[in-house]
Amino acid sequence: MKNLLSAADLNRESAIEILDIAEEMAGVNDRDIKKLPTLRGKTVVNLFFEDSTRTRISFELAEKRLSADVINFTAKGSSVSKGESLKDTAQTLEAMGADAVVIRHPSSGAAQILAHSGWIQGSIINAGDGTHEHPTQALLDAYTIRKRFHGSDSVGKGLDGVKVAIVGDILHSRVARSNLLLLNRLGAEVHFVAPPTLLPSNPSNLNAEVHFSLDEILSEIDLDVVMMLRIQSERMNASYFPSEREYSRIWGFNAHRLSKLKDSAIVMHPGPMNRGLEIDAVTADSKQSTVLEQVTNGVSVRMAVLYALLSGERNADVI
Amino acid sequence: MSSNFVLKNVTLAAGDTKDIQVSDGLIVAVGADLAADEMIDCTGLVALPGFVDLHTHLREPGFEQSETVLTGTQSAALGGFTAVHAMANTMPVADTAGVVEQVASLGIEAGYAEVFPIGAVTIGLEGKQLAELGAMANSKAQVKVFSDDGKCVHDPVIMRRALEYVKAFDGVIAQHAQEPRLTEGAQMHEGAVSAELGLTGWPSVAEESIIARDVLLAEHVDSRIHICHLSTAGSVEIIRWAKARGIKVTAEVTPHHLLLTDELVRSYDSVYKVNPPLRTEEDVEALREALIDGTIDIIATDHAPHPIESKDCEWNAAAFGMLGLETAASIAQDVLIESGKSSWTRLAEVLSSAPARIGGDDNQGQMIQTGSVANIVLIDPKATRKVVADSASKSKNSPYVGLELPGRVVHTIFKGYFTVRDAQLAQRGRH
Repeated sequence: MKNLLSAADLNRESAIEILDIAEEMAGVNDRDIKKLPTLRGKTVVNLFFEDSTRTRISFELAEKRLSADVINFTAKGSSVSKGESLKDTAQTLEAMGADAVVIRHPSSGAAQILAHSGWIQGSIINAGDGTHEHPTQALLDAYTIRKRFHGSDSVGKGLDGVKVAIVGDILHSRVARSNLLLLNRLGAEVHFVAPPTLLPSNPSNLNAEVHFSLDEILSEIDLDVVMMLRIQSERMNASYFPSEREYSRIWGFNAHRLSKLKDSAIVMHPGPMNRGLEIDAVTADSKQSTVLEQVTNGVSVRMAVLYALLSGERNADVI
Repeated sequence: MSSNFVLKNVTLAAGDTKDIQVSDGLIVAVGADLAADEMIDCTGLVALPGFVDLHTHLREPGFEQSETVLTGTQSAALGGFTAVHAMANTMPVADTAGVVEQVASLGIEAGYAEVFPIGAVTIGLEGKQLAELGAMANSKAQVKVFSDDGKCVHDPVIMRRALEYVKAFDGVIAQHAQEPRLTEGAQMHEGAVSAELGLTGWPSVAEESIIARDVLLAEHVDSRIHICHLSTAGSVEIIRWAKARGIKVTAEVTPHHLLLTDELVRSYDSVYKVNPPLRTEEDVEALREALIDGTIDIIATDHAPHPIESKDCEWNAAAFGMLGLETAASIAQDVLIESGKSSWTRLAEVLSSAPARIGGDDNQGQMIQTGSVANIVLIDPKATRKVVADSASKSKNSPYVGLELPGRVVHTIFKGYFTVRDAQLAQRGRH
């Protein structure tokens, strides 16, 4: 495998293999000297057309721990307003000899265009394209779920039978799309919970059960995982829902709803959280919250992806 | 080249084999064993009246990097067209007599097809204030079709007034049906595929709600209305209902909406980005049936050239639109002839006589018979061709590159002059 553009690029075996590599990387991250020489001499560019400090520093840390030469290229705004096109940017990086480009872009499909355009030869890793996908987020979420449920016995395992509810702005969420694809491949059962305005009008191609009521699903389904999605500020004044208070009341996760979950169940959030909107402080800071584990695991998983795509020793067909 | 010649052994739309004699720009005889100084063997070729495109973007003035009147009409000639209607969304917008006269005179200068400028309905296509429709109608360009294409005349009062006003000079409003609020930021058809791709949806209802409103407005004020580029099964149902009710509505469909679906967007290749967007297989089927049964009156290309840089980018940044002139006849043949469901007579209607009638083009769309203006296209129906990126258009945004399509335009005759002969474009236009 050369690129990671979509969670759909991974089958069950290759996904589990990346998660297993991430286990080894987590071991490195627990050492005093958190560094491997694997990518010494390789150049990795973090090409960010959209602000995302969290994702960028997570990738940067992963790259540095693998000893890659790291360049951060922040090109804010769309190619049109900036006057420099994605093509020119890509060709510039190619001319500088980038071995891999980690791209975050506001336009859905931008990573795929970059990978298939012929503008650039290096590996492309999608770090979020518009409202399409964010495959490394899905991998780190899967890793986090697996770790919580299988602990030190995780290696080689999928997520068979795990019941996951993804709650919030499904329509605009790249996290939801990538998670759906990956969770399905790993054997989990996925439920989408959202106000009808924040669901795709035609979800027939999405292999998830759709619910409007969070309370109903909490009482009817023995959930293992609740994944809360961030409500972006631009949705708040666009009539997707009447008010933040109403959203929070009906679709927010709070102490009362937390009490309906079994003790082993976890509550996830990709961050940054809107405390008091989609998740309350009691839930966010509870033992069942995995928010900080997700951040930690993100580094291990991104190291694993970089290793799988870039380390020369691996057979290209295996991963 | 002689202006007096005989097309030998042509097959007419009805199926009979005849000779056609052309002299001084007119068909002077259709019969057997005709003779002239120049005899052109047309055995196996179907002769149809020259095609008329009611919806072409020639881009001049203002966007000459995409297309000019010359290159656009050359492309038209290669596609078998002898007339094109040039859309108003140029820079400056064709909203005054001066601009439409300029476009018309550029067409005459080029000499590859008759160019009928379409006038804007509102000043600057802004949908706020009527352009001087009367001045454009009374200008040398004699504009009869008005459209804000690219934008919808969404204000119902402006639309009502426009529909009423053009009755004064037998004009017609061609509506680009797109409810603007329902399509803010829209990138592709809203449906199962957009849900997967994370691209903002362009819902069918945004087209259908405007068509429903406008056929009712047309009925209320007893005006003619033409609907551009129908793209949904629901739009077909509304047009069918309106026609049954006696409303004076005509409708067009583009070649791409008859062939391509939103599944193609999975590539994020912006050559498939078009407005209205590619829809689903069910929509394509409904449009094909409606073209066959007469609910849809015509095929119009919506030929929309864009320079490479407008397409060689990420999906959201790319321009809407695709080429269509040189491939339209093949797609019409696919839908009407290869399907076994219709006839060459119907193909001649949808690509020639009906658009000429809607556009009020006196010298176009005439039957192949004695006395008609010699606008003739000859097609080899048995040929197949693989579409290539190179064409007479200045732009390369054809979605059909690599596809094998049926039929080939062999000769295009524009007022007795071969603009295309043996599939080669004439060095110069007709003068």
